[in-house]
Amino acid sequence: MSIKFENVSYVYSPGSPLEKKGLENISFELNDGSFTAIIGHTGSGKSTLMQHFNALLKPTSGQVEIAGIKIKSDTNNKHLKNLRRHVSLVFQFPESQLFESTVLDDIAFGPKNFGYDDDKAKQSAQKWLKKVGLPVEIGSRSPFELSGGQMRRVAIAGVLAYEPDILCLDEPAAGLDPRSRKQMMELFSDYRNAGHTVILVTHNMDDVANYADDVLIMEHGKLIKHSQPTEVFKNRSWLKEHHLDEPKSSVFAAQLKNYNFPAPPLRLPDLISGIKQNLKG
Amino acid sequence: MSKILIGRYLPGDSLIYKMDPRGKLLATVLFIFIIFLANNPFTYVIITFFSLVAVAATKLKWKIFWEGIKPVIWLILFTSLLQLFFTVGGTVYWHWGIFALTSYGISNAIFIFIRFTVIVLISTVMTVTTTPLEIADAIEWLLIPLKLVKVPVDKIALVMSIALRFVPTLFDETFKIMNAQRSRGADFNNGGLVARAKAITPLLIPLFINSLSTAIDLSTAMESRGYRGDEGRTRFRVLHWSKFDLCNLGYFLILTALLVIFRTH
Repeated sequence: MSIKFENVSYVYSPGSPLEKKGLENISFELNDGSFTAIIGHTGSGKSTLMQHFNALLKPTSGQVEIAGIKIKSDTNNKHLKNLRRHVSLVFQFPESQLFESTVLDDIAFGPKNFGYDDDKAKQSAQKWLKKVGLPVEIGSRSPFELSGGQMRRVAIAGVLAYEPDILCLDEPAAGLDPRSRKQMMELFSDYRNAGHTVILVTHNMDDVANYADDVLIMEHGKLIKHSQPTEVFKNRSWLKEHHLDEPKSSVFAAQLKNYNFPAPPLRLPDLISGIKQNLKG
Repeated sequence: MSKILIGRYLPGDSLIYKMDPRGKLLATVLFIFIIFLANNPFTYVIITFFSLVAVAATKLKWKIFWEGIKPVIWLILFTSLLQLFFTVGGTVYWHWGIFALTSYGISNAIFIFIRFTVIVLISTVMTVTTTPLEIADAIEWLLIPLKLVKVPVDKIALVMSIALRFVPTLFDETFKIMNAQRSRGADFNNGGLVARAKAITPLLIPLFINSLSTAIDLSTAMESRGYRGDEGRTRFRVLHWSKFDLCNLGYFLILTALLVIFRTH
């Protein structure tokens, strides 16, 4: 189920005056079961890159290989459903995709499309409704009666309900309150620990520090760095040069002038233990 | 989707872009009427020449205009063929049942072909060089006389500019929802007519709901910024006539004059 990009480029409306480069010569490989964060500025090509994962966009040149399926510019659309069964995308503000008359029906929409029979789809819907932290009674209500945060959970349950091997998320916690945000991220972390691959597009460096074990950094449609979070956040001047933020813990640590940290602490526990070390020594 | 050119604006910086949209709109409407003045080969040559000059003046690639004609090319060819084989009169070259190839038929077919093509060309020149908002302003200006018969021109103009403002937003939204539903297995391109119509539900319902909630949000935002819907609002975007716009209209008046002079009675 590994993901491999080979010299992938993507051009929007080629040949017209509105032609625009989306991706330029991108190559990388992601391992099974990894939690990858894609970061970069707005307009750096993160979303364009993400839409290549399940062939919503096909590369203008180069090749993408996902779950054993090769996608090139001339790949036929007909056989992509199988790919989408394995790789699913959750777009920003996914609550705008709800449409069924009840929450359970909406969650079961995906599973049904991918060949679950009615009973199995319903069971899966109920299971994931609970897993995203919503009470069972909500299942029979209309999704449009729910709050924004609840709708978000329903939408995400709708994607998780057929348990795709690779889950790509575009800012899944944008606009949520801090508590829901944490719950949501924990849910994805659990999903990954259950043996799936998770890819997260985000602006939140704390999420990167807390959950990711692999980072892709995009700039102007190019991949400028692919490495682990500890590597990425080690070089502060490089981050500044590319207008990227740091996790709050490392920002705080940098302000502690007389303290010594072997490496910037990325998470709160690292920061705390680092301070303890300094106080002792 | 991106192939449809009519109604799309393409950025550029030739003189036509700086012209007043009212002049361009008037000229385009005028053109569709005066084209019917042409009735002999020479007048059609004049029309073709004037249109091609207008197209060249946009300084855009010719390919763009070909893209504009392509979607209607079958209609144009079909009409021309009908003219070619069903026109009676003149010298008969070939004859079979109800079909006949006559000299009138040939000239009519060519005339119809030119007529269609130049209408598409000139409207394309108008739409590619004018932003939708400018077109809305121009339409509003042209509607002003209707105020005399109590037509709420200001409100129509507001509705028009809001509608135009939201066309790209709704387009983006449509694509996003389509992609989201595709990601969960919806199939918009396969199956029979009924299956396809059914497949549209997951797209249409969210789109309606989004539009309505956007409308509610927008109206609240407008009210909180002091909009009361009554008259007495000022204008920020003001249109200006320049000498180029007189040239623009003059160009079409010369064309009209030439057609009137050279048409046969």
